[in-house]
Amino acid sequence: MNLRRDVFQAIADPTRRAILLLVASHTMTAGAIASNFDTARPTVSKHLQILTECELLEQKQSGREIYYHINAQKMKEVAEFIEPFRKMWDDRFNKLEAIMKGYQPKK
Amino acid sequence: MEQKTKINAEEGKQELVITREFDLPVELLFRAHAEPDIIEQWMSNPYATAKVLKFEGKKHGSYQLESTDAEGKVVFRSNGVIHEFIPNQKITRTFELENAPFGVQLEIYEFEQLTDRTSKLNMHVIYESGAKRDQLLALPFAQGLNMAHNRIQEILNTLK
Repeated sequence: MNLRRDVFQAIADPTRRAILLLVASHTMTAGAIASNFDTARPTVSKHLQILTECELLEQKQSGREIYYHINAQKMKEVAEFIEPFRKMWDDRFNKLEAIMKGYQPKK
Repeated sequence: MEQKTKINAEEGKQELVITREFDLPVELLFRAHAEPDIIEQWMSNPYATAKVLKFEGKKHGSYQLESTDAEGKVVFRSNGVIHEFIPNQKITRTFELENAPFGVQLEIYEFEQLTDRTSKLNMHVIYESGAKRDQLLALPFAQGLNMAHNRIQEILNTLK
């Protein structure tokens, strides 16, 4: 099985990307995740199943609830995992440089 | 093409290092980290406006930042305390994203003069754990995946 291709197929779907974004900032139950979407609950469950099967999400049992959290380890296997973080800083620093050039003493 | 901003995040560690060379004298590079009105300018982007709510650039000082979206809604707040503030050389501070599960990170900024008009920033960031570091690294990745979708704004709004 080509797991890598499966990961990319998993993130090709806009709802699944939105789920990853939600779970990236908070560990959540399936119910809490589903409440953010107009989509029917079973559809969201199917998305969660796909994301869990390709290991982008992990499940953790806590009492009667199952919580979903992001599997950063797996996310790193997706090409250029760190690139958006680097790009965010690169954009900031490019801006810093451009702004500060305006503060250079005129020669 | 060589990348100007480099990130070194070693596997299994709870820290990372960001380095960047600037076509600026070290004094201007430091000022960009020491003056609230300048910080606001370069920390803002087309999606978010940064505001410095508090900034005491001195030992035992503290700071608080806020980021708002196009509609003026607060996207996030962050704060920290300053442990070292040595002009043109070094800032040591903590950083915490408020209402987020990432904990407090320790940030060590070292400002280095390369030539009269070039300088280098070395940013050493230490997280509470390797897992928290990786979660934070994943955030822009997850956001980037969604950039093209209007859905993102709806979701961020529901998180507040």
